[in-house]
Amino acid sequence: MPSFVNPEKCDGCKALDKTACQHICPNDLMVLNKETMKAYNQEPEMCWECYNCVKICPVQAIEVRGYADFVPMDAGVIPLRSTDSILWTVKFRNGSLKRFKFPIRTTPEGKADPAGGWPEGAGDLNSAALFTEPQSLGLPEVFTLKK
Amino acid sequence: MGDFQTVQVETDLLIIGGGMAGCGAAVEAAHWAKKNGLRVTLVDKAAIDRSGAVAMGLSAINQYVGLKDGQNTVKDYVEYVRNDLMGVTREDLVASIARHVDSTVHMFEKWGLPIWKDPKGGYVHEGRWQLMINGESYKVIVAEAAKNALGMDNIYERVFIVAPLMDGGRVAGAVGFSVREEKFYVFKAKAVLVALGGAVHVFKPRSTGEGLGRAWYPPWNAGSSAYYAIQAGAEMTCQEVRFIPVRFKDAYGPVGAWFLLFQARATNAQGEDYMVTNRPELEKWLPYGHVKPVPANLRNWLMMLDVNAGKGPIYMRTEEAIQKIVAAQTDPKEAKKKLRELEIEAWEDFLDMTISQAILWASTNVQPEEKPSEIAPAEPYFIGSHSGASGAWVSGPRDLAPDEYFWGYENMATAEGLFCAGDASGASSHKFSSGSCTEGRIAAKAAIRYIVERMQSAPAIDGAQVEKLRADILRPLALFQENKGKSTDPNINPNFVKPKSFMIRLQKIMDEYAGGVSSQFTTSQKQLERGLELLGFLKEDSAKLAAEDLHELMRCWENVHRMWQAEAHVRTVLFREETRWPGYYFRADKPAMNPDWQCFANCRYDSKSGEWTMSKRPILKLF
Repeated sequence: MPSFVNPEKCDGCKALDKTACQHICPNDLMVLNKETMKAYNQEPEMCWECYNCVKICPVQAIEVRGYADFVPMDAGVIPLRSTDSILWTVKFRNGSLKRFKFPIRTTPEGKADPAGGWPEGAGDLNSAALFTEPQSLGLPEVFTLKK
Repeated sequence: MGDFQTVQVETDLLIIGGGMAGCGAAVEAAHWAKKNGLRVTLVDKAAIDRSGAVAMGLSAINQYVGLKDGQNTVKDYVEYVRNDLMGVTREDLVASIARHVDSTVHMFEKWGLPIWKDPKGGYVHEGRWQLMINGESYKVIVAEAAKNALGMDNIYERVFIVAPLMDGGRVAGAVGFSVREEKFYVFKAKAVLVALGGAVHVFKPRSTGEGLGRAWYPPWNAGSSAYYAIQAGAEMTCQEVRFIPVRFKDAYGPVGAWFLLFQARATNAQGEDYMVTNRPELEKWLPYGHVKPVPANLRNWLMMLDVNAGKGPIYMRTEEAIQKIVAAQTDPKEAKKKLRELEIEAWEDFLDMTISQAILWASTNVQPEEKPSEIAPAEPYFIGSHSGASGAWVSGPRDLAPDEYFWGYENMATAEGLFCAGDASGASSHKFSSGSCTEGRIAAKAAIRYIVERMQSAPAIDGAQVEKLRADILRPLALFQENKGKSTDPNINPNFVKPKSFMIRLQKIMDEYAGGVSSQFTTSQKQLERGLELLGFLKEDSAKLAAEDLHELMRCWENVHRMWQAEAHVRTVLFREETRWPGYYFRADKPAMNPDWQCFANCRYDSKSGEWTMSKRPILKLF
């Protein structure tokens, strides 16, 4: 199955009203088994392997085992995502390892300013200029054909 | 299902879908709504941090025109799109997005998206229009701007929208249900902006077991935009213009960086470059066969000719490209450094947006500098934002649109009050993530103007309409409960069909009759007519979809949405009596381009009569 949950690590996000993986899965696949208090992927054949459950899990209980349709076994890709970067470990079938670190954002989490620091614009509903234009275009005016 | 609570939400502008287009719409609408004292509400079936097609991330921004530095003009972009789509494009819409898209990209950068820079501080281009990014959190960042603009109080997550709410011929909101609790939602609005993505899993994918979900475009894009617009009575365009991406085989990792950034060749198994050996074929598709770059569908076609001739597998010659780049370094130390750089860039390309491809390379011990990797055409998708074009027929902007393409408000469909963006609007291909977000902004501003100018009072909603929609939408739950005792297996029952089986049946029809993978993307009038006949039975059986829980109820309706996208597609492929995009589909009975079909093929469904009307619309050039 694409994403799967390690029962030894999963604590069902016990302090929260819903599990992190259930909150984030774009395809509504992750659910909590209320008896065992462990999460599971209810429809693995609809999993895109987007890794959002893997990235968000607070106890690193979720991994991905590549699609059985075409992926030979014994390889793995493991992310460790922080607030400004992501560290990837790629484990090859032959045992070799690669590690990569990439930035993920340049602003503090939660601080994206919708106007991006530009003036809001002239505020004319009838003009072609959108919010923050033309300044955010870096041009004196918006392109047009008829005047 | 009597326990279901009905929740009513009244707003001015309802944005449905929180992907790139929906988030762009939210940022823009929040600004204009505040100035005009209006309310804006956004609803998403998932969590907007990771919803839509960019949920995993992206490794590139595919539309940046570079207007401020004079790199390209709006006209350049229009010509590129026109040629890639074999002449069938709404130039006013493409120009509308192209004139604003740079602003959106500049906003992304301010919001926190890392865009690669060269030593002089300029953006690093992957290709003429493409920028390289560290895009793991692309969607998180764009969603954050939308949340900060709108406030979480105005965002409903995990609510699945099924259908439009109408006030006569005017769109007046939407209905759906929570996938978390037993709540039926009724959103009433003065205007609706639909940005519900394209459609995946209409056609049978190449992987059908555990790997069914490994579609190139995400499996949660279920044709909901098309369904909403069709049911609202909107005219649809380019429903035949599906897209088949060529990607690394099976895991569908991106090829853009390899082709554009690393300048790799693709060859058949004998090492022949099919773009060279099959070049004479391009003469059959003039004038588009001669344009540079060769249109995506023709590049597909030249590859498919080799595959069909038994010359596969087809390979991306990664080893050749890397050796060439490294060999260009005279200093061995520099060459080693360059090799490491390329390795990092190549792996990030996958890790940012198609992690499955990284798993596949790791599991098959691929060292791209040592051996080539297989590429192949995937399956057909409906994605008007990429190199397909399907979507609603919408108005262009006043200053760019010819009169035939203008009815008051940019991006408004022919159903009044319905605005469409991203994959929801048609004939404006190659907008990708940045252009979709931009189109959301354009549509949102127009929708606010529409409300200010035309909609002083709230729409009138007929209570009986809401009750009927509620009963229809929740019926699969009741059907399961009423009949589950008739079988020991919850999935096999004489009185109902589960959504997964229903989807597989749809995929089989489309695959075999409408030119899917197993028919080598080839179809004909007779094939299509038989497909329509079988779709008719499927449509009847959609009344027997059953759901055990809310998750399955969503799957039921997603598959109804897919079915309607399928029908619009089959009818339009049938209507257009030619082959125009041979690498997307081939009409064996009409195997060439026909100048009579240098036009748009549109369709409209009338829910009162149950009839489809097909029509031709002229292509009017802007440049």
